[in-house]
Amino acid sequence: MGVLLEVEDIRVSYGAVEALRGVTLRLKEKEIVAVLGANGAGKTTLLRAISGLLPLVQGKVLFCGRDIRSFAPFELLRQGLAHVPEGRRIFPTLTVEENLLLGLYGVRHLVSDAERKKRKEWIFELFPVLRERRRQLAGTLSGGEQQMLAIGRGLISRPKVVLMDEPSLGLAPRVVQEIFRVIRQIHEEEGVSLLLVEQNARKALSVANYAYILENGRVALEGKPQDLVHDERVRSAYLGGSGIRQRLL
Amino acid sequence: MRVFFEQLVNGVTVGSFYALVALGYSMVYGVMKLINFAHGDLFTLGSYLGYTFLVWGAAWITERAGLWWGVLGAILFAFLANAGAGILVERVAYRPVYRAGRLPLVVSALGMSIFLQNAIMAVWGPRFQVYPSDLVPVASLRFLGLSLPLLKVVILFLSLGVMFVMYWIVEKTEFGAAVRATALDREMATLLGIDVQRVILFVFTLGPALGGMAGVMNGMYYRSIQFSMGWNYGLKAFTATILGGIGNIPGAMVGGVLLGVIETLLAGYIPGGGAWKDGFTFLILILVLIFRPTGILGEKVAEKV
Repeated sequence: MGVLLEVEDIRVSYGAVEALRGVTLRLKEKEIVAVLGANGAGKTTLLRAISGLLPLVQGKVLFCGRDIRSFAPFELLRQGLAHVPEGRRIFPTLTVEENLLLGLYGVRHLVSDAERKKRKEWIFELFPVLRERRRQLAGTLSGGEQQMLAIGRGLISRPKVVLMDEPSLGLAPRVVQEIFRVIRQIHEEEGVSLLLVEQNARKALSVANYAYILENGRVALEGKPQDLVHDERVRSAYLGGSGIRQRLL
Repeated sequence: MRVFFEQLVNGVTVGSFYALVALGYSMVYGVMKLINFAHGDLFTLGSYLGYTFLVWGAAWITERAGLWWGVLGAILFAFLANAGAGILVERVAYRPVYRAGRLPLVVSALGMSIFLQNAIMAVWGPRFQVYPSDLVPVASLRFLGLSLPLLKVVILFLSLGVMFVMYWIVEKTEFGAAVRATALDREMATLLGIDVQRVILFVFTLGPALGGMAGVMNGMYYRSIQFSMGWNYGLKAFTATILGGIGNIPGAMVGGVLLGVIETLLAGYIPGGGAWKDGFTFLILILVLIFRPTGILGEKVAEKV
């Protein structure tokens, strides 16, 4: 299996504060890699650095073997790298359909009209509620629907790799279920590779093939999910601790 | 009744200049969150470019093709030349300071305004210049017993047509959606593959182009132009922008036309009102800011979390 994304020993700073202090990870074809960690561990910074939104102080990021800095950030989508950022970031005064189709903007010269329609239908099948609401302004959607729209907008260009930042943040358990159902589905049916940043470690580990745990801007631990869930440190720090809660879960 | 109707036509015509200039303010503000202080002076520049075109070039066109082609040529010339000026201004005054934040950008815009005003004065002189009367059509249209100067009608339909095209581009095309997306969230737009720099260049090109067009129309309408008139026009168009809802294209059109009509009617019906014309404008600005700061069409969609 080919490696799609290689992050090699990157450092990123906000002024004097080092947010990433030498992070290395890789994402292979048809893989879901989860990045876990507490608030401020550097998860979002990692994704933003990969997308070229933050300058690297050191190290490099290779996408399909090419240095990511040889592209302008807006060119990455066309190369097959999509980013569904934290907080959904949908355009509230544009309609649901306009939001969705903007996901194709970066590849507009490569996609025929018939193909556009097909892609739109595909997203509407993944998230039927978006079809019902397609003429509504995106700002009138519920939080869960907005997240679905954000994910749909990220997927519609059929990227090779999707960077997904906290898709379950602040959502009701039922919506989280649905979003993870879709993540599983696109992974199994479409073979999309995913770098998934999550606070909901249990959920993330249930879909991931491999996981990294970030602490203070470094990879503290990595491994296959089945190994990590039995690791005592992981259990206590990220999976709800031991003792009474553990037994309840 | 006749007076009212004539004043109304005047108001809508003047309002359509305001609307064209307001459109430029609104687009630039929408994408850059910048009040482009140089915009009024680009309007003046367009007015002078159209003047020069009429004086030097139009005789040739007028002789061969007729008066109207000279007029349309001047408008087109100012549109294109001002688009070029807009690109130049963006390159020289704005692009170098994008990274420095919003305040340096505003200061740079103010500096550009002063520069343009003085450059216009240096080139064309500080006195009033007068659009040559033999090159501006005076024919009138008879309509329901009223006489409508054809020039006003042409100006009106031309500006409405241009505004409609603008509206169509921004609201109905894919690139327009990209412009609106960039205005809302530049970083997200980048992540979707939108070349934000191109969107910025688009608004800084088209805004001044529309302003330049309005400048020529204004010159033909009032005949005399002066190097410092952009300041006043800029403020009025800015008022129109606020009135309609800033960052909103239909808002700029509605605000511009409405401001022109209110101003003209108040000036026409209140004794001695002409002298207070500008006062009315700013009274409107103050009232809008107090009672409806988002403008007539500027409604915010509640963002659910």
